Amino acid sequence: MMRVGIVRFPGSNCDADCARAVREGLGQEALFLWHKTHSLEGADVVLLPGGFSYGDHLRAGAIARFSPIMQEVVDFARAGGPVIGICNGFQILCEAHLLPGALIRNRGIRFRHRDVHLRVERTDTVFTRACCGGQVLRMPIAHGEGQFVADVETLAELEADGRVVFRYVDESGCAAASANPNGSQNDIAGICNGAGNVVGLMPHPERAVSDLLGCKDGLPLFRSLLAAVPEAVAS
Amino acid sequence: MTTVTQSPADHTRTRITPAVVAEHGLSVSEFDQIVGILGREPTIEELGIFSAMWSEHCGYKNSRPLLKTLPVEGPRLVQGPGENAGVIDAGDGWGVAFKVESHNHPSAVEPYQGAATGVGGILRDVFTMGARPVAVLDSLRFGSLDSPRSRFLMDGVVRGIGDYGNCVGVPTVGGETVFDPVYEKNPLVNAMCIGVLRLDRLVRGRADGVGNPVMAVGARTGRDGIHGATFASADLDEGSDRRPQVQVGDPFTEKLLLEATLELIDRDLLVGIQDMGAAGLTSSAAEMAARSGSGIDIDVDRLPVRESGMTAYEMLLSESQERMLLVARPERVDEVTAVLGRWELQAAVIGHVTDDGLFRVRRGAEVVAEIPVEPLVDSCPTYVRDGVEDPAIAELRTHDLSALAHLETDDEATEVLLALLDSPSIASRAWIYEQYDASVQTNTAAGPGSDAAVLRLGDTERGIAAAIDGNGRYVYLAPRTGARIAVCEAARNVACSGARPVAITNCLNFGNPLGAAVYYQLSEAVAGIGEACRALGTPVSGGNVSLYNETPSGPIYPTPVIGMVGVIESIDQRVPSAFRGQDDVILLVGETREEIGGSEYLAVIHDRVAGTPPAIDLDEAARLVEFLVAGAAANLFRSAHDCSDGGMAIALAEAAIGADGGARSIAVELELRCSPAAALFGESQNRVLLSADPARVDAIGDLCVAHGLTWQRIGTVGPVGGNWRCSIGERTIDLPVDDLRRVFERALPRRMEDMAGLNA
Repeated sequence: MMRVGIVRFPGSNCDADCARAVREGLGQEALFLWHKTHSLEGADVVLLPGGFSYGDHLRAGAIARFSPIMQEVVDFARAGGPVIGICNGFQILCEAHLLPGALIRNRGIRFRHRDVHLRVERTDTVFTRACCGGQVLRMPIAHGEGQFVADVETLAELEADGRVVFRYVDESGCAAASANPNGSQNDIAGICNGAGNVVGLMPHPERAVSDLLGCKDGLPLFRSLLAAVPEAVAS
Repeated sequence: MTTVTQSPADHTRTRITPAVVAEHGLSVSEFDQIVGILGREPTIEELGIFSAMWSEHCGYKNSRPLLKTLPVEGPRLVQGPGENAGVIDAGDGWGVAFKVESHNHPSAVEPYQGAATGVGGILRDVFTMGARPVAVLDSLRFGSLDSPRSRFLMDGVVRGIGDYGNCVGVPTVGGETVFDPVYEKNPLVNAMCIGVLRLDRLVRGRADGVGNPVMAVGARTGRDGIHGATFASADLDEGSDRRPQVQVGDPFTEKLLLEATLELIDRDLLVGIQDMGAAGLTSSAAEMAARSGSGIDIDVDRLPVRESGMTAYEMLLSESQERMLLVARPERVDEVTAVLGRWELQAAVIGHVTDDGLFRVRRGAEVVAEIPVEPLVDSCPTYVRDGVEDPAIAELRTHDLSALAHLETDDEATEVLLALLDSPSIASRAWIYEQYDASVQTNTAAGPGSDAAVLRLGDTERGIAAAIDGNGRYVYLAPRTGARIAVCEAARNVACSGARPVAITNCLNFGNPLGAAVYYQLSEAVAGIGEACRALGTPVSGGNVSLYNETPSGPIYPTPVIGMVGVIESIDQRVPSAFRGQDDVILLVGETREEIGGSEYLAVIHDRVAGTPPAIDLDEAARLVEFLVAGAAANLFRSAHDCSDGGMAIALAEAAIGADGGARSIAVELELRCSPAAALFGESQNRVLLSADPARVDAIGDLCVAHGLTWQRIGTVGPVGGNWRCSIGERTIDLPVDDLRRVFERALPRRMEDMAGLNA
């Protein structure tokens, strides 16, 4: 059984949704990790969920990165462990320098909740192994600070290394200004580190795991985790 | 009663002059009654306490006799009015707690904070019951969007609702927004929260058990919002600066308070708990003691404060947000403190429960207030006034509108349709609801844009459906009819989703009740709500009264807002509002009559608010609900959409624009039985637009007949794209559905885009 450790910061609010996706959508074990502890409790995968950790005071994710558990998360990631950050979790990963770049206020200022389409750009990361290259997935975004930005060199490096994992596209999979909901550079919705074991994305795959929620396109992402830790799944 | 050993009034302090009494919104006779209750003159703190508790907001002085006429019992109603929220039994041990509340006056002054704290307050009302908030709906009224002031207010209110609910992680799943110049200076912001709980975990706002500790938890107390309840119970005057009476919200603290409270309840550490909402510490302490027939003794020196030099008066009446008053089990105080500490929250024991029936407030050694709880909470003077209809409004109903009901050409009919789709009260609400997180908590099966929101209920097969509705124009023209319509429309919206309506919560937004014309509207509307609720079997679970919605330019339209909650036995049987697929048959259930009075058509096209609002047959409304619930359970419908503002043509346009896969063409043809305007845009009640598999049409017809309803097959759904065609008698509207969609979708963005400077 795979154990997905979901970190709870004060203000996390997608923690229970992620646990439900892991348990009901994937049939695997989810456990909550309190931000003040120093143990990952044997988790095979660490997931930083969405929400407003510390109320987004200062900057989204800026305070959460100093939570005690983040040192363990950084060590786990450096050792090659799978770490996923969704929405606020992505922001925290950037603040913790596990991923490059930053997520700033949406172009147009306002918080936006809507379905978007994502194109999977890379299928050898821990969160995309069960996807096909170029596959288009539909799922919701819900954020006020999701505009991905990076300096010129970093952006060029991300592109050259193929570290852009998801891009906002239209329904047919093509780039379109109207498909980019927040002004992210190069339509970037999600990226990974060099080794592909740390992935961050703004959209919410955990909200797209059943017909009741209108879409199941998030399931392949969670299924990818099974392939990332085969020994845990088998045991 | 214990003897007052030290009369607080002996001290040198603010003298209670007639002017001070008047500033507190109390009349001479009310003051005399206070002196009678106390057997002496009140202290300034006591005067402040009475002022808050006997305000309309807390004491319902003008509305209580009317509210007593409402039906408050039903087989599924677990908790009716009088608690923080109402609760219904949703089956299998699950309960649904819900309530609506207004934050109109604060939002008129400071729209962002006013709306945000409105959401915060209603969330707390629900989670103090032990329920996890799972959804927010809101009902908003603004002036015309042609006015910069209205755009400013809408921008702030929408951001305030969004930022608060989004941060706490409670989805905003539905609502309604209506624009009319009467709300220009007095917008309405009503927020409704729905929570779910295990019924064996239901907690009430009680102060039981002599000696039990009383604790203040959550945010520290500051000087914000002092006398907010009294402010909400007076007209909005111009010029005066009311900002100090508006509270400031912190959704992050709310989220911590929510998690901590539910953990305390889950671990059974509490006796009772209540939000320190309107009138803050005063109302929470007094109301908890009143429900238990006990007393409460507190020392304000032990209250955690955020600024120095606060007086007892200020601490008693502060409306600082994100605070709770709780009564704990004495041996578990350390555990309570530990749970709160884990969530980084303050907790302080500030007093204890007594059996002397007194609300006693100390400041250290000094007693500053000592008031018998029962008369403070339950003997708020109530007034039954003589209501008289404003003859000018009665005259409006008699207007002959027949000359306005013609549509001379197809072009004219087309132009009217496009103008209505462009009306902010009808157009797509996406500009608003895209600013709200509607899918967090992953329960939302149908969200904004649907007739009713549908949510899954815990881990059961069941679903909760909810809708919020009101039509101020109808109530203005005919209060009793308008209020009946609001209840029936909310029920119809819930039933269209396939759920059975169970109970309502209501928010009564009216003008100053001291005027005979407003009192008439209030009394008639409450009567109408009661009649409709009885007919539909949906009792009142609680609600809120917001009077004094009046500026020097006059009162708002009387606007009772009805929040209806229903239960669907299997969420897989839910029915969407929009069309689904090609070749589905379109049916219209219900009668279309010559009714254009009070319609959006008259207001938008002819700039007239006049005539008699559509008639509403309550027995028929109940039969229609039964029909919809039965049809959904038998899986007969592909879609069901209520015909309301803008009439059948708008319902057809909405169902086509929102169709699966993109806006779809339709072909509809009806015989003309009334004027073309009434047929297309009239708002005859008890009508629903259905779509169905052709093989199910006969069964639907039989079900209609069995429920005594009329029906007709009016057309078919076509492919995505193509033309939207509707023929009624000699009039035909025929144009690309994407043209309709563009107008519908652009109406709000194009008005709100000119917003420079508002996002600071």
